[in-house]
Amino acid sequence: MVMVKIWGSLTSATDGQAEVEIEARTLKELLDGLSEKYPAIRPQLERGVSVSIDGRIYNDSWFQPINPDSEVVLLRRIVGG
Amino acid sequence: MPLDDHKAGDARQFKVVGTRPLRPDGIDKVTGRARFGADMNAPGMLIGRILRSPHAHARIRGIDTTKAEALPGVKAVVTRADFDAADDSVADIVDNCMAGEKALYDGHAVAAVAATSAAVARKALKLIAVDYEILPHVTDVDEAMKPGAPILHEGLSNETVPDGVSQNVSHRVEFGHGDVDAGFAKADRVLERSFKTAATHQGYIEPHACLATMGADGIADLWVCTQGHYMVRNTCAAILGIDQGKLRVTASEIGGGFGGKTTVFLEPVALALSRKANRPVKMVMTREEVLRATGPTASTSIDVKIGMNKDGKITAASAELRYQGGAYQGSPVDMGAMTAFAPYDLENVKTVGWDVVTNRPKQAAYRAPGAPMAAFAVESVVDELAKGFGLDPLDVRLKNAAREGTKSSYGPTFPAIGLEATLKAAKEHPHWTAPLGPNQGRGVACGFWFNFGGDTCVSLNITPDGTVTLTEGNPDIGGSRASMSMMAAEELGIPYDQVRTVIADTGSLGQNEVTDGSRVTFAVGLATIKAARNAKKVLCERAAMVWGIDPEAVVWEDGCARPAGENAGKFPPMSLKEVAAIAANTGGPIAGHFEVNAEGAGVSFATHMVDTEVDPETGAVKVVRYTVFQDAGKAVHPAYVEGQFQGGAAQGIGWALNEEYIYGKDGRLQNPGFLDYRIPVASDLPMIDTVILEIPNPGHPYGVRGVGETSIVPPLAAIANSVSAAAGVRMTDLPMSPPKVLAAIQKG
Repeated sequence: MVMVKIWGSLTSATDGQAEVEIEARTLKELLDGLSEKYPAIRPQLERGVSVSIDGRIYNDSWFQPINPDSEVVLLRRIVGG
Repeated sequence: MPLDDHKAGDARQFKVVGTRPLRPDGIDKVTGRARFGADMNAPGMLIGRILRSPHAHARIRGIDTTKAEALPGVKAVVTRADFDAADDSVADIVDNCMAGEKALYDGHAVAAVAATSAAVARKALKLIAVDYEILPHVTDVDEAMKPGAPILHEGLSNETVPDGVSQNVSHRVEFGHGDVDAGFAKADRVLERSFKTAATHQGYIEPHACLATMGADGIADLWVCTQGHYMVRNTCAAILGIDQGKLRVTASEIGGGFGGKTTVFLEPVALALSRKANRPVKMVMTREEVLRATGPTASTSIDVKIGMNKDGKITAASAELRYQGGAYQGSPVDMGAMTAFAPYDLENVKTVGWDVVTNRPKQAAYRAPGAPMAAFAVESVVDELAKGFGLDPLDVRLKNAAREGTKSSYGPTFPAIGLEATLKAAKEHPHWTAPLGPNQGRGVACGFWFNFGGDTCVSLNITPDGTVTLTEGNPDIGGSRASMSMMAAEELGIPYDQVRTVIADTGSLGQNEVTDGSRVTFAVGLATIKAARNAKKVLCERAAMVWGIDPEAVVWEDGCARPAGENAGKFPPMSLKEVAAIAANTGGPIAGHFEVNAEGAGVSFATHMVDTEVDPETGAVKVVRYTVFQDAGKAVHPAYVEGQFQGGAAQGIGWALNEEYIYGKDGRLQNPGFLDYRIPVASDLPMIDTVILEIPNPGHPYGVRGVGETSIVPPLAAIANSVSAAAGVRMTDLPMSPPKVLAAIQKG
C-alpha cells in the first residue's frame, strides 16, 4: 500500500482527503487503483497527470516501481516550452 | 539496464564535457548555408496562403469558394470541410488551424488556397466570400470571467468550476498545504498586492514555414521548421486521418522556437492542399501572421498575499492566478500555480489558478510556461515586505529558501537542489555591492522550473574510417548537437571533431518527444551516453575476437580497446579507427543505440540580479547591469549554457519593459509587427554576466539538469524590483513601458 498526496482542488474527487491509500507497486497500478477507488477522479486522469515519486517526476512510465514508503504526489500534467 | 549510475559525490574528471569547442552550426548560420523552413523548394511547387478572419468573434454562416477555385492558377482551396477525418484528441488544434463554426480571434484561419504563384494565391483569397455574423468579443482575462461576458464555447467549464462562474473558465486548480489563515494571523505584517502581465510572443526570428508533398497514394513528406517533427507527424496524421508511418517529416534548421513551435499551424493545411492539388505546396507565414495567428503566451491577472515576521520569516503565502490562453482552454495557469512559491520552504501555502478563454489566438508554450508571471507577482511582494522591514532581500530569500528535504509548495519533497547555492553566489558577487548611480535601482528575484525527459531515440554509428555519426530526433534550438557530440566523444574517448550529430527525419528513428521542457541535454544526452556504451561493448567484442580472448576480458579506455589486466594477455591497444577498419571482417557495421522514455529530470533554480536606471522625465528604463546565477547540474558546453542564461534574461527584459499584445476596442491586434511589438535589440542590452552553479542531478550519468527555461523565470520580477527601487514606486503592471513608469512616478 502507498500513500498518495492529492492536490487541493482534486480532493473533491477523493472524499475530501488530501492523502489516500492505494494498493500499488507500479505507477500503472497506482493510477488504476485511484480510478477504481475514486471514480470521480477519472476525468482528471484521462486528461493527464504527472506523478512525483520520491521527488522525481514521471509522466507515462507505467511500470516505474513504487516502494511502500515512497513519497507519491499526483500533479497536473507538466509541459514545457 | 539501470540508467542512474551517477553517484553523488563522485568527482569525475571529464576530458571533453565542460570544454568549449566551436559550435558546429556557426558557419552554416552566418554564411546563409543553413537551410531553414522556407529554404526548400520542389518541382511543380504551389504557393499556399491563408484567408484570416478580420473579426475577433464571428459565426461563420457560409463560405463561397467558387470564384477562387475558378481563378486560373488556383489548384486547390480548402476549408474546414476538408478536415472531417480529424479525431477528437486534436479537436482544438484542428479548429485553431481552420475555423469551423466560429472565427474566435482576429487572424483565425477560415480558408486556404494553393496556386501557381503568391500573386495568384493572394488574388484568390480576395475572391473567397465569407458570410460572418459578428458577435460581441472579450479580450481581457478579468472581463472574460465576469457574468454577462461574451461566451466563446458553451459548456466549456469542467467539473472543477463552481456553479455560477463564467463559462469562459475551463477549469480551476488549487495547490498547497497547511493553514494559511492561521499563518497570516501569526505574521507581523501581511501584504496583499495585485498584478497584471500582458501577452507576449516568443519572438523567434524565423516565421513558420513548410513544404508539403502528399500524393494520391496517401504517402506524404513534409519539410518544416519545428521544435518537434515527430509531434508534427503524429498531429498531422491524426488531423488528416492517415497512418503516422505514411507521413515522413524532416525538421529544417530552426531560427528560434522557445516553445512557440511545439504545435502546428500551417502544416495540416499545407498537407491538405497538397493532397487536393496533387502537387507540393509551400507555405510561409508573414510576420503579421506570426503575431496574429500563432501562439503567444497568456496575459494574466494575479493576486498575492504574503505574511512575514520582522525577522524575515514567511508565515503564510497565497496567490490567486487568472490566466487567459486565447480562444481555447489550456493556458499555463497550472504551472504558474505550481511554481509560484516553489523557491520557498513554507509551512502554510495556497495557490488557486483559473484557466480562462478570450477572443485571442490560442496560446502556445513560451519557455517555462506560466512560471515567469507567477514569479513576478510573488517576488515583488517578497521584495516589498523585505524592504519594509529593512532587511536584505537576499537574506530573506536565504532564510526561507527551499532546500533538500523541503516539502515544496506544489507537493513533492525536493531532493538535492541548487537554490541556496545561487543565492549565496549572488550575495558574494561584486555586483551585489557595486555602487548605484542617480535614478538607479537594484533588484533580485528567484525562479524555478521542473524540466522533464520523455521519449528519446539515439543511434550511434561508426563509419569504416572510424568517425562517428550520431543520429538523434530533436531539432537543435540551443546547441544540443554540440553537446551530444561532446558526450559521445567523452564516452568513446575520441576527439570531439570525430563525431558529427545529425537530426534524423521521422522515418529514421522511433518516437522522439518535442524539443521542449529543457529536456534535450538531459534526455538525449542520457540516451547518447547509453548508445555510446552499447557501441563500446561491440567494439570490445570485436577486439576480443581478434585477440582470441573473452570479451569480458576487454575494456575500453582512452579511446582504445585494451586487455582488462595482465591475465588477459599482452596485446597492444586497438584504437576506434583500427577496430572500425576491420568491422566487415569481424561481423559487420558497428553501432550502438538506445531508446527510452527518460524520466526523473532534475529541477533547476536561478537567481537574477539587475540594475536599471529610470529617466524621471520620460519613464524610459535602461538596463545597466545584469547577472544570472543558475544551477546547471553539469554544464556540458559552458558557452551554450551561458547562452541559455543570457537568452532567457534578454527575453525577460523585453517582456518586463516593452513587449505586449495591444488590442483595440474592435478586438483586433494593433501591433502585429516588430516595429510596434518592441523586442529588445542588441543596443538595448548590456552584457549579461553569468555564473554557472553545478549541483549534480542524480538522474543523469553526468549530473545534467535542463537550463533553457529556468532562465526566463526570474527576470520579470528582478527587473520590476529594480525599476520599483529606481523609480521609488512599486510597479505592478507589465510591461513597464515609459508611459506606465512615468504615470506611476507622477502618481506616486
